[in-house]
Amino acid sequence: MLSSDFGSVAVTETVSKSTRRRATVAAERTRAIKLDKSDRVIRGVSYFAITIFTAMCLLPFILIVSASFSSESEIMKSGFGLLPKGFTFTAYEYIFRAPRQIIGSYVVTVVMTVAGTAIGLFIIAMTGFALYRQDFRLRNYIAFFIYFTTLFSAGLAPTFLWIGRDLGLRGNYLAVFLPLLMTPWLIILMKNFMRTIPYEIIESGKIDGAGDFRIFVQLALPMMKPALATVGLFLALGYWNEWYLSSLYLGSTVEFKPLQYYLYNVINTANALRNSVAGSNVSITDLPSNTLKMASAVVATLPILFVYPFVQKYFVSGITVGAVKG
Amino acid sequence: MSLKEAAPQRRSSKEEEPQQRRISLWRRFTSSRMLLLMCLPAIAFFVIFNYAPMPGIWIAFTNFNYRDGIFGSPFVGFKNFEFLIKSGQLWLLTRNTVLYNLAFIVLGNILAITFAVMLNEIRLKYFKKITQSIMFLPYFISVVLVGVIAFNLLNYDNGALNGIIEGAGGEPIKVYSTPGAWPGIITLTHLWQSTGYGTIVYFAAIMGIDRVLFEAAAIDGATAWQRIRYVILPSLKPIFVILLLFALGGIMHGNFGLFWNLVGNNAALFQTTDIIETSVYRMVMSQNNFTTSTAVGLYQSIFGFAIVITANWIVRRMNPDYALF
Repeated sequence: MLSSDFGSVAVTETVSKSTRRRATVAAERTRAIKLDKSDRVIRGVSYFAITIFTAMCLLPFILIVSASFSSESEIMKSGFGLLPKGFTFTAYEYIFRAPRQIIGSYVVTVVMTVAGTAIGLFIIAMTGFALYRQDFRLRNYIAFFIYFTTLFSAGLAPTFLWIGRDLGLRGNYLAVFLPLLMTPWLIILMKNFMRTIPYEIIESGKIDGAGDFRIFVQLALPMMKPALATVGLFLALGYWNEWYLSSLYLGSTVEFKPLQYYLYNVINTANALRNSVAGSNVSITDLPSNTLKMASAVVATLPILFVYPFVQKYFVSGITVGAVKG
Repeated sequence: MSLKEAAPQRRSSKEEEPQQRRISLWRRFTSSRMLLLMCLPAIAFFVIFNYAPMPGIWIAFTNFNYRDGIFGSPFVGFKNFEFLIKSGQLWLLTRNTVLYNLAFIVLGNILAITFAVMLNEIRLKYFKKITQSIMFLPYFISVVLVGVIAFNLLNYDNGALNGIIEGAGGEPIKVYSTPGAWPGIITLTHLWQSTGYGTIVYFAAIMGIDRVLFEAAAIDGATAWQRIRYVILPSLKPIFVILLLFALGGIMHGNFGLFWNLVGNNAALFQTTDIIETSVYRMVMSQNNFTTSTAVGLYQSIFGFAIVITANWIVRRMNPDYALF
């Protein structure tokens, strides 16, 4: 069995090495001061490691943004780098020269994200509320009914045939929209978050003669902003980053592909294009395929990064309560 | 499932005390009709998208064709499974899926716990906030973009990695035709994308530790290291066990999007990169092979189910509080 302290191995080594070194230098000092030093070593290591990791998280983004502003010929010559090479807007001009596609993709994705997040959030919160109610006698059965789907599933092929053929949703945006509305994990997260609502509030609502639905809308919902923000962000991310269901059910049947699937196609078509042209004498620098991919990536990603800081403050509290109580 | 399961159970015990049981079953439904109604959309959702496709598992035992449909197609018993085992494909897929997941679980938890503990040691408020936000960033982008980034770094013609190698006077590497390199690349990419999230989860758990424990430790003269070893790490155990159980439950399920966007249809790398999900996706999407893919999917579900039950059983024997069910 893995023990919970294996995560500290790396810390131990660095700390014990540096404390030993320091101990020889200041052998005469008192115990209290030595302890103080070990604290400072841990702190120093923490600042260092976290700075490095943060930089590693950020660098690829810079790489992409800089590549999107580079000129194709410079990329072909000297490769990708952290600073734009031959600064130019060509790739973006290329994308927005025929803006119909990208605007259509944006509309599809934004509509799905907003509607899906709103509807999904409402249903998840409502279900979470019912499952949290101690006086709801069927709650354990329903909870298991939902949880069981994470243990056992039909698998891709039967699901694909069911949704695409039997429900007739092939080529229909609903095939992408509906399956993303909720997951068992989000319902469990919501239910656990409800535990922070004092039960007395529900009871006081009951005494005042409010029905269960009214108690949910007027008393419970306003108290759950962090949970709503957390679950809402997860839902929004699911919709915004969706490409998989689109590839299964939409393929090339719809004119406007959801944004990430559009990006997926740009990347793969550009690859295919490059491969097909590579053998012939046609100059591939005419089509800025590399920088085009990067610019599409930036265009497809930027909006969610702008939303992120606004919801982020709710995030830690939302995850804590939901996750810790499992 | 449990709704249907629950009803017969009630009925059988009803025989003992007929009247009382009937009343209680009736009351179960009527006493909180509104709450049941509020659950209905979710129940309908899981019935339609998760339970309804389940009879389709039958495909695994047939020689499926479109014209005859799922239950009209000829029955072939375990032929499809035999084929998978004999071809050695099932073993390769299982090995890759399980090993990748084990690497993700072990390294992911080590990194996440380490960074969470370190984040807790940091005193500068703004530094903490900014680094936290940036660490979380990779978790927010789509796997399609992750694929772009990897290609950016690794491709032969103009990837940043080969740029560095050439700059240092070395020979550029053809990463996309070197299967041996991919376990490392995929694991690193996965860690890059998910460690920030894990860190925040563990950090949130550390924030939830009762401050009194830290004060008591300080009074006893504990060093920072002792505080981490004897207060923080033990407090992370419950959440660690829960995350471990969840992860073990998904050990037969790969991170499909990541693998597909990093490797895609690159057959040269399959030996080290093909997992159950990518193989099933290929069978369905490019070969229209429903029988074999359903057989693989069923094998995956049953195997995964057995692992969850076993893991949960072990955890419950060690400490019932940590068990999932």
